[in-house]
Amino acid sequence: MTIDLKTVKHISKLSRISIDDNKAKKLSDDLNSIFKFIEKLEKLDTEKIEPLTSISETNLKLRKDEIKSKNIREDILKNSPEDNKDFFVVPKVVE
Amino acid sequence: MSNIIDLKLFELVEKIKKKEISSTEVTKAFIDRSQKSKKLNSYITENFENALQKAKQFDEKPDFNKKLPGVPLAVKDLFCTKNIRTTAGSKILENFIPTYESTVTQNILNEGGIIIGKLNCDEFAMGSSNETSFFGNVQNPISENLVPGGSSGGSSSALAAKLTPATIGTDTGGSIRQPASFTGTVGLKPTYGSCSRYGIVAFASSLDQAGPMTQNVKDCALMLEVISSYDNKDSTSVDFKRGQYLKDLNENIKGKKIGIPKQYRVDGMPKEIDELWKKGMKIIEDNGGEIIEINLPNTNYALPTYYIVAPAEASSNLARYDGVKYGFRSKGENLIDMYEKTRSEGFGDEVKRRIMIGTYVLSSGYYDAYYLKAQKVRRLIKNDFDQAYKKVDAILTPSTPSSAFKIGEKTNDPVSMYLNDIFTVPINLAGLPAISIPAGHDKSGYPLGLQVIGKAFDEQNILNIAYSIEKNINFKNNINDWWIN
Repeated sequence: MTIDLKTVKHISKLSRISIDDNKAKKLSDDLNSIFKFIEKLEKLDTEKIEPLTSISETNLKLRKDEIKSKNIREDILKNSPEDNKDFFVVPKVVE
Repeated sequence: MSNIIDLKLFELVEKIKKKEISSTEVTKAFIDRSQKSKKLNSYITENFENALQKAKQFDEKPDFNKKLPGVPLAVKDLFCTKNIRTTAGSKILENFIPTYESTVTQNILNEGGIIIGKLNCDEFAMGSSNETSFFGNVQNPISENLVPGGSSGGSSSALAAKLTPATIGTDTGGSIRQPASFTGTVGLKPTYGSCSRYGIVAFASSLDQAGPMTQNVKDCALMLEVISSYDNKDSTSVDFKRGQYLKDLNENIKGKKIGIPKQYRVDGMPKEIDELWKKGMKIIEDNGGEIIEINLPNTNYALPTYYIVAPAEASSNLARYDGVKYGFRSKGENLIDMYEKTRSEGFGDEVKRRIMIGTYVLSSGYYDAYYLKAQKVRRLIKNDFDQAYKKVDAILTPSTPSSAFKIGEKTNDPVSMYLNDIFTVPINLAGLPAISIPAGHDKSGYPLGLQVIGKAFDEQNILNIAYSIEKNINFKNNINDWWIN
């Protein structure tokens, strides 16, 4: 399988990472060499194998649903690139 | 008295407890040396003034019951540290100042440790040479223009150069053990679930573990004791009875069965590494251990599996960097354009590459062929270890297939860079603990490491085996301070 420029552009769209044509060409080469390496797995028969999703495979512990941190609005907004003291600010979404 | 910076971590602790030296003296010594060592580029953020203040406070009101009483430590810049900038080696977090503390660094603070700075690393811990960091390459103190390994490259460099008496790194596919091996130091990746992931900038959540990087095995046992804890803030933290790793450290490995996986004899591996491996086996036998050949038949599939699972998890974890809540933001014509430009300008090439691999293998139509397949193979790899551990107590392998390489040597070929982790990646996939210890040098005089892999939660056993090997090998790092004028 090869990852052509069109596919690279599609993945970049899904990843929300813009790329120009020069970079797309280089990326397509890189991704192709990586996928060639990854495709070794096709040789393995895994028909009857259960996927391993978590290494601990234990049930997650339940805890009480309670508020642990209060009045942290300032903390949360502290690192935002643009805010108006109360909210995160983004470019206009609704006309 | 010998130089403070030449003392081992456990010696520093003893001397501070006996009031032979003060926390201020120790902190000053490591800061002085760090200041003279800027050429190594080990640090991203220095916390020197604040650390000296903390040391002074400790000396005024010392608590000698702590495990790290007033001991200064620099840590990998992947751990969120309250009020100290945390970048993960990325432009996208260049100005990020956490408002909370990671559990692992909190454990260090609770035991009296003092954070003197944040150490360089590959961007989001994605790399094996520290060359993907937005803050530049790190020099290996062993020799100029040699990589210190990665992703915990600033940590291994600072440790080997004695800018910090010990440090902590994170290991997703070898990021503690490979840099330890490249710098002649000790690095341990604990069992998945041993150290809390809370407050560690996430890369691949089912693989990430924090762990100690130290100059010797005894220090490693001490550091593990400090950082390993059950934490309800990390849902994958495991509530098991943690050992007294330092107190129970001993070199008696009589009757231990040590497995040698034949699949780790890879083509093109330098002869010196094979000889080193044999040397390790001989030491084990001389000390009453038994060497048993074992089979890990799916070893060859570990790297391809890793390069599906890790990027898949990364693509999802790194979706949070959108220029809205924190971090770098680029201007865009609209919201989507802002996202795309922010991420394009904020991430480096390797991170973008991995996000895109991850996005692709999770995308509609490809999920089964790649991601699900990889999860199935991951099960096979774990089964291999489960089978092997019916016959043996631990496994001995080389840590890496080569010694440290030159800066720039592998940057143009991602696959050859990935091959660095061939001996370390399977252990993360299986969630097991493993330690790398320095065991010899190659013909250029660069350090080489041996890896001891344990059963889940059997850290004490691999520490003891490593301790026994260390005592018999008597490894010395050849470092001549070339970076200090």
